[in-house]
Amino acid sequence: MSHRIRDAFAKAKNEGRGAFVAYLTMGFPTIEASERAADEAIAGGADILELGVPFSDPFADGGVIRSAAYEALRNGATLNGIIALAGRLRAKHPETGIVLFSYYNPVFSMGLDAFAEAVAGVGIDAVLVVDLPLEEREELLTQLRPRGVGFVPLIAPNTPLERVQASEQGIGDSFLYVITVKGTTGERTALPPDLTERLDAIRAAVHLPIAAGFGISTRAQADEVSRHADGFIVGSALVKCVAEGRPPCLN
Amino acid sequence: MKTHYGKYGGQYVAETLMAPLRELEAAYEAAKADPSFRREFEELLRDYVGRESPLTCARRLSDHLGGATILLKREDLNHTGAHKVNNTIGQALLAKRMGKRRLIAETGAGMHGVATATVAALLGMPCEVYMGALDVDRQAPNVERMKLLGAKVNAVTEGSATLKDAMNEALRDWVANCDDTFYVIGTVAGPAPYPEMVRDFQSVIGREARRQCLEKYGRLPDEAIACVGGGSNAIGLFAGFIDDPEVKLVGVEAGGKGLATGEHAASINGGRLGVLHGAKTMLLQTGDGNIIDTYSVSAGLDYPGVGPEHCHLHDTGRAEYAVINDDEAVAAFEALCRFEGIIPALESSHALAEAIKRAPKLGKDKLLLVNLSGRGDKDMENIARFKASKGAKQ
Repeated sequence: MSHRIRDAFAKAKNEGRGAFVAYLTMGFPTIEASERAADEAIAGGADILELGVPFSDPFADGGVIRSAAYEALRNGATLNGIIALAGRLRAKHPETGIVLFSYYNPVFSMGLDAFAEAVAGVGIDAVLVVDLPLEEREELLTQLRPRGVGFVPLIAPNTPLERVQASEQGIGDSFLYVITVKGTTGERTALPPDLTERLDAIRAAVHLPIAAGFGISTRAQADEVSRHADGFIVGSALVKCVAEGRPPCLN
Repeated sequence: MKTHYGKYGGQYVAETLMAPLRELEAAYEAAKADPSFRREFEELLRDYVGRESPLTCARRLSDHLGGATILLKREDLNHTGAHKVNNTIGQALLAKRMGKRRLIAETGAGMHGVATATVAALLGMPCEVYMGALDVDRQAPNVERMKLLGAKVNAVTEGSATLKDAMNEALRDWVANCDDTFYVIGTVAGPAPYPEMVRDFQSVIGREARRQCLEKYGRLPDEAIACVGGGSNAIGLFAGFIDDPEVKLVGVEAGGKGLATGEHAASINGGRLGVLHGAKTMLLQTGDGNIIDTYSVSAGLDYPGVGPEHCHLHDTGRAEYAVINDDEAVAAFEALCRFEGIIPALESSHALAEAIKRAPKLGKDKLLLVNLSGRGDKDMENIARFKASKGAKQ
């Protein structure tokens, strides 16, 4: 089993900062361009990459990531192609944590056994599936676990603490993705006032690192969140950079 | 609470929706056990919807076909013109009981949207309906109806701009507003407890039809036939006969331009197991697991998935699922207009077409019960367009 995710959080902690988790929609605008964007994100300080798999029905995403997903699909992105891309990134960046971020249907459609074999084979450290809550995840985890691939659970603003604790059981090298707001992905000007309190409570209740995501788009927000979490996730703001032809970085 | 039907169903939702689903499950269990909830629901079905709906014998059509007798369960005569209102009344009463302030819904043909807007007006709740832009265009009268009833209609232009995209947008609304908003799902799809809850509210169709058939004919129908998009009117009809093994249950999927063309909406007959909108079910999808744009002349059947219980009934063999193409549905639509003076919805015309196929092969003593799930006034322009496009090709 890899420890890249654990190590990435430990390294950031030693340096007195939160780990930077960068989400990018893969295949957007093309497979080649998204590989370049991933390289740039790492050069720009990303400790962990979340490779977003475009899906035809992105019901949990805000406008920026949805538009990117539709364009990626139009340009021929597939789960198989993105797993291969992850393999190329792994070869170039042996230390970076790599999380594959998908809706469940593309994963399920591939076959859970074949999927787990493929992601383990290219050195993906963990998998996040948006629509696979605690109650349904075991069928995938039984395939990921023996291959040493972790699973990243989502923690929502309305997830009770006991459920948070159950969520971190048996998921290997991973972290908890704490959603800051009820809603879809996308930039927000202000984070909810009770966020820091909630992050403190969650952090005190679990063993794995926690990272906060949804709505974080500025360095100032990232720094604020990092005082109460082990890391922060930036998605839409980076995808927007890519859409505008700029390297994905946090301003 | 039932969450799975064989290998189908479940709660494949984003984590933020798990708490609202738990809250809904608990509220629904409590409501089911509360006689006052039951009473209020049944009173509204009687005094507001106009139930029970009649069982009509399609005499001239049956004689013309020269075989089995076709019976029509007249859900088209319900207030709002379709079976959808049975379910929206149940869910809206539940919403009220849960202290939710606002209703949202997705809609395809617009019948569920109208039924939700109607009950929102009745109970004095604000209502927003999500509808694919393509459907807004082809079901314009229903859009006007919803607006008259005070609902806000949001046209969804993304993806294929049909029912599945409307449901995506409704889910996004619900995730952001679940504290004060109740999502009224229109069919037996979606995460648990929706498939069970919608089935329960629609089961009045099958219970009434069973009793009416026994009273009038002294026996049960030989076959109970209903169209299946998501499958709520079919599940409602089947619910009345599920424990009568001698009654054959037949679901009818939309074959569009034909299964072989790929332009259809027949998830059970032409799909593959997958996960969408909260449930594991049969889906029309690409090899990569992306959802395919479906096609049917009838907007209400134009959905790439199907209720999980239907998949299970198909697997166990308790129900069979046929396919009817656009042409056959439109021919059945016209036949019912001319022979019986009833204008059926294009959705229901699929079920009727299947009965028209079967009736001549059966003896005169056989009874085919068809769920006439809605009326066809909304389809006038659609039918004209369809015939014009056919005429252009010939």
